[in-house]
Amino acid sequence: MEDVKKLEEFQAKIDSEIKIEPKDWMPEDYRKHLQRQISQHAHSEVIGMQPEGNWISRAPSLRAKVVLLAKIQDEAGHGQYLYSAAETLGKSRDEYIADLQSGKAKYSSIFNYPTLTWADMGAVGWLVDGAAIVNQVSLQRTSYGPYSRAMIRICKEESFHQRQGYEIMATMAKGTPEQKAMAQDALNRFWWPSIMMFGPHDSDSPNTGNAVKWKIKRETNDELRQKFIDKTVGQAEVIGLTIPDPALKWNEEKGSYDFGEMNWDEFWNVVKGNGPCNKQRLNHHKKAHKEGIWVREAAIAYAKKQKEKQLVA
Amino acid sequence: METKDALINYCLRLGDSSLILGQRMAEWCSNGPILEEDIAMTNLSLDLIGQARTMLSYSGVVEGKGRSEDDLAYRREEREFYNTLLSERPNGHFGDTVVRNFLHDAFFYYLYQALKSSKDEMIAAHAAKSIKEVTYHLRHSSEWLVRLGDGTVESHEKVQESLNDLWEYTGDLFEMNEVDEVLIKEGIAVDLQKIKLEWDKTINTVIERSTLTRPEDAYMHSGRLDAMHSEYLGHLIADMQFLQRAYPEAQW
Repeated sequence: MEDVKKLEEFQAKIDSEIKIEPKDWMPEDYRKHLQRQISQHAHSEVIGMQPEGNWISRAPSLRAKVVLLAKIQDEAGHGQYLYSAAETLGKSRDEYIADLQSGKAKYSSIFNYPTLTWADMGAVGWLVDGAAIVNQVSLQRTSYGPYSRAMIRICKEESFHQRQGYEIMATMAKGTPEQKAMAQDALNRFWWPSIMMFGPHDSDSPNTGNAVKWKIKRETNDELRQKFIDKTVGQAEVIGLTIPDPALKWNEEKGSYDFGEMNWDEFWNVVKGNGPCNKQRLNHHKKAHKEGIWVREAAIAYAKKQKEKQLVA
Repeated sequence: METKDALINYCLRLGDSSLILGQRMAEWCSNGPILEEDIAMTNLSLDLIGQARTMLSYSGVVEGKGRSEDDLAYRREEREFYNTLLSERPNGHFGDTVVRNFLHDAFFYYLYQALKSSKDEMIAAHAAKSIKEVTYHLRHSSEWLVRLGDGTVESHEKVQESLNDLWEYTGDLFEMNEVDEVLIKEGIAVDLQKIKLEWDKTINTVIERSTLTRPEDAYMHSGRLDAMHSEYLGHLIADMQFLQRAYPEAQW
């Protein structure tokens, strides 16, 4: 009986756009949904460091190198705030990381594609961060306070990353024929996986349900995908690159682009672990984590010794 | 030797050491023992590459042949790099990196402290800016050395071994030749033997706090002054220069 009342109060807060804070009562499903979503988002930031990290040592100018390093450092920072936001839901970063490494928790499938040329640093910034921003702008209004605040902070940096990525693409698209070919190839490889980042069609999305009613999610997968496509097509045209979708066409009536069907078999295959880099990414994460055990143990042992010394003194 | 030629070489020494150590630190990205360390190590790399850009650009300006920071970073051969032998040592495990950086950070710290009074305005300004960064770098590596040295039995043994292995590259940091002589006379460079006295004090203090043992001064490798390197540098450079070498006409 009490739970019904609490649930009504909770829904009333959501309906009147009052943020839910860590100490507030919340339904168990709301907590679980957020734990899953925020940790998945944190893991994506952290795993996302790998495909971009793949090109730091080979960045073609010192300026490009520092820009890329700073960007990856931002991603690590985003991972850090998101883990902190997720920890407010009563589960530790270590537990979340254990779920990632066991395969129980997911991260964005886009990072299971390889970065093969320098143009991929452009495509990742422009398309992957571009798609992430559309989603994150919407999540700034999400109902859970710590998540919403993390999104506001993250969006500022992400829009900068997207411009940097676009700058790389634009430079290469107007460069030598080889550079232009690399830019087009990167767009060809990253376009479809980027638009699939928004997830399955609304009609097939298993996690939508209460997420809309509870305002965790403010817009649906298909709405967000459409926004991304509409803003990106023109950007490709400006730099003379072609979006690899023959069905792409402006629809005057609905005021947005029509586009071709995505390859959902590929999508689900990658989600299930069969993408080109799934094993590589996870093994890399596990290896670094394992190689750091003795360092973390030493830091803890040292801190404990210091504390004991203080107590004696 | 003309002052100008000495100055060009001196800037390359400073710039190359920062560049190579910066490139090494970037290799830690996504490989750190905790996320916070990943961020810290990327920061070190960013600072170092920033320092390299300033000194390589300046070397190009003094040379007056229109070579940019990128020409110098990406179009020189292995035998034209004047970085310290220590900076090119591979990262190894986290303890190896901590020790390498600690020994190098303390060197940069006292070098830049002294170079703040260089009569070359550009070098003095570079030193004044870099000292802020290097102070943090030295604090970071010293704190980790203490934690690892005085942490667990395993970490103590590991980091003592790192210290023993890397010690033989520290002599190279302080070697001098005609370049130094010419520039010391002009008040541009500083006497590295004086820097070594300061360096020794810091090294001894931190090693003691870490409960570690300072290795005996046995054989020391040389190379920096003659651009003689270990085999490791060639691979680092090949990787770094790949795009510029493969597409010499391209602008990035």
